[in-house]
Amino acid sequence: MSAVSPTIGAEVDIAQLTKIYHTRESEDVLALDAIDLKIERGSFVAVVGPSGCGKSTLLSLLAGLTPISDGQITIDSERVAKPHSKIGVVFQSDLLLYWRTVIENILLPIEIKGLDVKKYAAKAEELLKQVGLAGFGKKYPSELSGGMRQRVAICRALIQEPGLLLMDEPFGALDALTREQMIMDLQTMWVRLGNTVLFITHGIDEAVFLADRVIVMSPRPGRIDLDLKVDMPRPRQWSRVHEDPIFHGYVRQIREIFEAKGILVAH
Amino acid sequence: MARVSGFSGSVAVQTERGKNTIKAKRKFRLQQLTERFSALFLAVALLAVWQIAVPLSGLSEFILPTPLAIATRIANELPLLASHGYITLFEVLAGFGMGVAIGIPLSLLIFYSRAFEKAVYPLLVALQTIPKVALAPILVLYLGYGWAPKITLAFLIALFPIVISTVVGLQSLDKNLVNLVRSMGANEMQTFFKVRLPAALPNIFGGFKVAISLSVIGAVIGEYVAAERGLGYLQLQANSLFDTTLNFASVVAISALGVSLYFILDFIESKVAYKRDSAK
Ligand SMILES: Nc1ncnc2c1ncn2[C@@H]1O[C@H](COP(=O)(O)OP(=O)(O)O)[C@@H](O)[C@H]1O
Ligand SMILES: [Mg+2]
Repeated sequence: MSAVSPTIGAEVDIAQLTKIYHTRESEDVLALDAIDLKIERGSFVAVVGPSGCGKSTLLSLLAGLTPISDGQITIDSERVAKPHSKIGVVFQSDLLLYWRTVIENILLPIEIKGLDVKKYAAKAEELLKQVGLAGFGKKYPSELSGGMRQRVAICRALIQEPGLLLMDEPFGALDALTREQMIMDLQTMWVRLGNTVLFITHGIDEAVFLADRVIVMSPRPGRIDLDLKVDMPRPRQWSRVHEDPIFHGYVRQIREIFEAKGILVAH
Repeated sequence: MARVSGFSGSVAVQTERGKNTIKAKRKFRLQQLTERFSALFLAVALLAVWQIAVPLSGLSEFILPTPLAIATRIANELPLLASHGYITLFEVLAGFGMGVAIGIPLSLLIFYSRAFEKAVYPLLVALQTIPKVALAPILVLYLGYGWAPKITLAFLIALFPIVISTVVGLQSLDKNLVNLVRSMGANEMQTFFKVRLPAALPNIFGGFKVAISLSVIGAVIGEYVAAERGLGYLQLQANSLFDTTLNFASVVAISALGVSLYFILDFIESKVAYKRDSAK
């Protein structure tokens, strides 16, 4: 029996969301311009867009880390104003604390919320097993490879069974092979757990492979250019999907937008 | 037949290889040993040269005593050295302790308050350009001949490295780490104790180690200027009596004091702080 129970995915409603950064040195930056986005419970939504289009800003607002300039976000009909216990976040770098063991890193959110660490220890072990790191609990981050460390970071984000998992280019720093494996494993894990996922990436192929919906954002000010529903059966197989003309159709649709905006130049 | 000989041949090759690996291992271990103790070997060699060169050069013991003579003197004068060593140790610890007690809160103020950083930090850097040693006579003038000027000097010298390394340690934290723990709902107090402080500890201890070595210098210089006790005072005494051996013995005692304190800090660090790259 698995100690990790399926989570009820959260429902997210983003309405007229606007973010302006006021800076001391230069002019104000309009990072997000009146974004509307509704995310269904338990769906996997990928956000792609060029660098600087406001993807990380969107994540930061969802996580309650940055004040909203205008509009609002509700998660399970609760307005987001500050960090929220229904959310787990995975960043591009693993951000493991090097002075803590793997298990201690995974239990950090539990410690911070003042919950009973002992009660969650078994669950942390179970999560480690699910990501293929059974028995690594007592190791230190410096003893693990980049891919393993990011797996630990994912366990840490999942320890509280968050209804919403936010991932900001989580595989961007990994080599191609590790990345492919991580993408496959993330899909497996998500199918089992059922959280709502917002997955930020600049990899069009990984977005289409993983997501139920791909949101394509335009460069500054960030707006939604395309909301693409990806209709392919799961579980999806990386190598097989790459031979599928339907997959390539989706990828082309996204690339064409980037080409039209001059982000990708066609020759 | 051919098969058998071939077989035994391969066994022979294997044992040969086994011997070679044992030899290689032994060689490797010897290499490790020499590497680990190379500093010690060099020190012993230099002392031996010193020991042999003094009688050969015809220098009198008043000019340059031999290492053995110094070592014997240290052994004989242990109670004397200890009684003065205590005083210096106390001055160093008090000065360093004040450096920590004032330096750490000061670093926190500089780190957390922009106004404080703008006002105090430049002042502190400017203060650092004053050679503290030059303050010793002035401190004696104001604070007398007792402990106070030595402790003050040790403190003034220790303060700067403690503050600089603590502030730099706190400021160099990856901003994303702060975002991470904030996303878990951490308040600033939790952020400080769970992330900021542990991440800054290697830096802070780096500052402590520099500071404690400098504190020893501060205390001894204070004793040179005006004192009735302490290793610096003992050295001056030995000087005026042309007791060069005792003079050297005091130098050894001062070094031993500094080195011991350094390694005590190093030990404490190894217990409380993890270095980024070390596995454990
Ligand atoms: N803290 C900040 N202060 C000022 N400008 C910012 C800040 N964070 C992001 N920006 C600006 O907002 C825009 C969007 O940034 P970001 O959300 O990081 O984009 P992305 O993640 O898509 O690369 C960029 O132009 C960036 O320079
Ligand atoms: Mg980004």
